[in-house]
Amino acid sequence: MALHFELVTPAKLVRSEDVHMVVVPGTEGEFGVLEGHAPFMSTIRDGALQIFRTAGGTPETIQVRGGFAEVSETGLTVLAEHVDG
Amino acid sequence: MASLKELKGRINSVKSTQKITKAKQMVAAAKLRKAQAAAEAARPYAERLAGVMASLAGKLAGQNNGPLLLRGTGSDQRHLLVVVNTDKGLCGGLNSVLVRAAIAKARELIDAGKDVEFYLVGRKGRAPIKRAFADKVGTQFDTSNVRQPGFDEAEAIADEVIAKYEAGQFDVALLVYPIFRSALVQDPTVQQIIPVPAPAVASNAASGAVVEYEPSEEAILEELLPRYLKTQIFGALIEIAASEQGASMTAMDNATRNAGDLINKLTVQYNRSRQAAITTELVEIIAGAEAL
Repeated sequence: MALHFELVTPAKLVRSEDVHMVVVPGTEGEFGVLEGHAPFMSTIRDGALQIFRTAGGTPETIQVRGGFAEVSETGLTVLAEHVDG
Repeated sequence: MASLKELKGRINSVKSTQKITKAKQMVAAAKLRKAQAAAEAARPYAERLAGVMASLAGKLAGQNNGPLLLRGTGSDQRHLLVVVNTDKGLCGGLNSVLVRAAIAKARELIDAGKDVEFYLVGRKGRAPIKRAFADKVGTQFDTSNVRQPGFDEAEAIADEVIAKYEAGQFDVALLVYPIFRSALVQDPTVQQIIPVPAPAVASNAASGAVVEYEPSEEAILEELLPRYLKTQIFGALIEIAASEQGASMTAMDNATRNAGDLINKLTVQYNRSRQAAITTELVEIIAGAEAL
């Protein structure tokens, strides 16, 4: 019941952990990724990633700028050029 | 024959030079470790991006209406050579090796009847390339005002190069930078960056799953290409940083050792002349005593 989530910037691997759900600000709208999501790829707009460690918990937000998100069977990978916070 | 005082002065001056080279060597060693860590940290991003690029480019290959950055302008007449050098010296032959590689490539292209323009990053390449091709140096990107060229600089360079490309100022861009193998070996490399060469498709790309794309594959690829270019230039900046420190460490190690040899030689010479002076003095005293 966990989604493997990685947040990568050119300078370093910011996050690599198992979480419950991540809400990603896609260019065509926000989408939430849970475990077992179908393979998916989207560009992202500048905005906040919301990371839910547990179901119903308060999300942690990370501001990202420029990049894209990829969902594969191994989990969610967000490649962002800039990350604040 | 130098006097004792002169010899002593020379020994002291070589000693202080040795202190400087030794300090620089240790600084370079510490910075090298940092640069290597940065290179290590940048790898996941580059790898993932290359993987995504490969799967997308593989899918869209063979289509004529692909993005301009991928399919090229259809000509290879005008070349832009992006040469990445260091900003500071004291790093052995690194810059001259890089410049030589760039000039050799430029001559090869000119001999083949192509037009060449230079885009210089870093201060140390400017003078020698200007000397060889005074009229070909276009833009110079200054990285000397930041401590450690990072992604922001790579972004600025990539944006400028892409703008030139879209304005139709060149057809092919080549990146000249060193690949850091070890503190002793840095290989100058010439790599094509525009049109973007499709990375080799990873063998595990056939995961079978149908990937959904949002907005569309073309749109994602369009957005991805500049990013890919930025990553490659960022990679070159990281390589140059590591190479600079590695080369500097080796060069300073050699210099320190040479200074040590020189000090030994001078000390022997100093002791000899001192002994000779003492012997002469003694002979004079004895001769004087015998004459009485």
